[in-house]
Amino acid sequence: MNTNEHEFAVPHFGQPIDRFVATISGEVYAAVHSASAIKSDKRAQLLAADYADPLKLRALAGQIKQHTLDHLDRYLPQAVASLERNGARVHCAADGEEARRIIGDLLQQRGAKTVVKSKSMATEEIHLNDYLATRGIESVETDLGEFILQIDGDTPSHIVTPVVHKNRRQIAQSFERHGLGAYNDEPETITRRARRFMRDRFLRADAGLTGANFLVAESGRLVLVTNEGNSRFSLSAPRLHIALVGIEKIVPADRDLGVFLNLLVRSATGQQFTAYTEFISGPRADGRPSGAEELHVVLLDNGRTDILGAEYREILRCIRCGACMNICPVYRQASGHAYRAVYPGPVGAVLTPLLAGEHFAQFADLPKACSVCGACGDACPVNIALPDLLLRLRDRAKRAHAALSARGTPPMGGFAAVATHPPLWRAALTASRLANRLPLDWLPVPPLRAWTRRRTLPEFRGGAFRQWFKQRGQQ
Amino acid sequence: MATKEEFFATISQALSANSARAPYPPYADTDLVAKPRVAGGSAEAVFRKNFAAAGGVTVSDLGELKAELARHDTKRGVCDPALSATLGGLDIEWTTTFDRQRPDDYAVGATIASGAIAETGSLILKDRATCDRLAALAPWVHVAVVRRADIFLTLPEALTRLGDDPYVVFATGPSKTADVEGILIQGVHGPGAQIAWLVD
Repeated sequence: MNTNEHEFAVPHFGQPIDRFVATISGEVYAAVHSASAIKSDKRAQLLAADYADPLKLRALAGQIKQHTLDHLDRYLPQAVASLERNGARVHCAADGEEARRIIGDLLQQRGAKTVVKSKSMATEEIHLNDYLATRGIESVETDLGEFILQIDGDTPSHIVTPVVHKNRRQIAQSFERHGLGAYNDEPETITRRARRFMRDRFLRADAGLTGANFLVAESGRLVLVTNEGNSRFSLSAPRLHIALVGIEKIVPADRDLGVFLNLLVRSATGQQFTAYTEFISGPRADGRPSGAEELHVVLLDNGRTDILGAEYREILRCIRCGACMNICPVYRQASGHAYRAVYPGPVGAVLTPLLAGEHFAQFADLPKACSVCGACGDACPVNIALPDLLLRLRDRAKRAHAALSARGTPPMGGFAAVATHPPLWRAALTASRLANRLPLDWLPVPPLRAWTRRRTLPEFRGGAFRQWFKQRGQQ
Repeated sequence: MATKEEFFATISQALSANSARAPYPPYADTDLVAKPRVAGGSAEAVFRKNFAAAGGVTVSDLGELKAELARHDTKRGVCDPALSATLGGLDIEWTTTFDRQRPDDYAVGATIASGAIAETGSLILKDRATCDRLAALAPWVHVAVVRRADIFLTLPEALTRLGDDPYVVFATGPSKTADVEGILIQGVHGPGAQIAWLVD
């Protein structure tokens, strides 16, 4: 599409997300919109090509994950026992602050100065890099997208493709600024330069830091799903490996990975399998020349248990594939930073206010950044009823009288009065037929005018249903 | 820092309000297989097809390997000591230990794979069978020697036989990224070329 033609919503009213959208450039809009559409199409095509009934597979995935969450009081202790049996050290962090301190202490006790980090949303969630910097530890993002963000002082706008909001020209400029070579915006050149730059970092680092896509309770295996080889490097050269793992990442047994790996990869990147699937169940075996001698697993709660005990618990099934945001019409318009938190899109609109705990009201507008089209619910590989959760959170925000949840909403008192008085309602319906004769762009309400300027309305036929219903009773 | 017991207790308490806990659903491993991907012949034939689709190259003898390596600049290499006699016939200067001071000296790394997965076109690299993780990772070209008898037809077969090795990698073609404008580039931090040498 021609980005110059794209006009954004009126900035001086509405919710925070509307105001953000008004500030993003046509370039960002075009990048996010086209990448999202391509990923959504690839996901749907691949699932349909590979499985006679992909919906059956995702129903199964949803059931297994829900079962695991509902029995986390059994699976979590089992996972811990398995990890320890394999020679890993396990630490429990109730919140982000504890997790940061545990990781900082582990690194400092071993004199670590530099860590190489592979992409992890959990570490983003607890703002680990900034914290490590305060303790004099340099944390190098090694995923290409995350590295670009780090040298730019930017944050991910997508959980799988973190740099989707930047185009090659912006990336080439960042590389030039950071001394990685003269301006060159060929993706291949950019990639080779990152490879060269990172080699030395990998081999000199004191520790490798990762998240985990899954943690298997029965075998104590951490599973990492990646493409670039950066996490393999992070687990090959340094002598220490620390993994930060949300407690919702657990699955019961190795065989269940078959369900989740097949769905995760197809849903996330439209690949049938990623280049690298790593299974880590302990420190390196004796006598091996490479690999960490010490493995520490930090289990992160950070608000998850509160969600587990409440009516929104199914959001914890999420396997962070990003399919819900790729398909979301609001995300496609707004891009990830509009959601003001680590997790954007529909899953973010549910998870962010919930993880905020007592600060729920600060994010009470996010569940309203939704047209209730239902596409996210259809796309979710673990069958989370996202639209339903969003509606329930809107209700909760209203009941809590969260100011942000009412922002941009017209007062409904007048409508309520009309709707609860039948004679008034009938009169209003008749009067509204006048709207068919009025030129709508004369409307004195700016938000309505912004909407109607580019759209036509169908003919208003108020009262037709009541008439039909009355006659139906007489027949 | 929370003790494990405190941590578990919080979770038990959160779950105590949940009266309808979901049961574990019954399913067969065959339900998970992408049937069109495993159609069309032996495990080896299926592996070759899917490995190629992932960007990998399969060779069957030293001649084919030599021809494939000729497409790259492969003056020096690092290989598993068990392979050095066989690979000695190639015009490559081999060493059997990976020197971390000179990671970019090796254009090719040759290691022994523990198996392969036909359905996904993946090599199974188990750490105890790999001479050095870095030899399978840092060089631009990685050659994995895999026995035909060790090819699993489906992913569930491989997942339920991971064994007790502390580090297992399923390598599906070369390393890749699409972080820049969604354009696929092969060869990021890992190998840019992935070769599977099938042996009996």
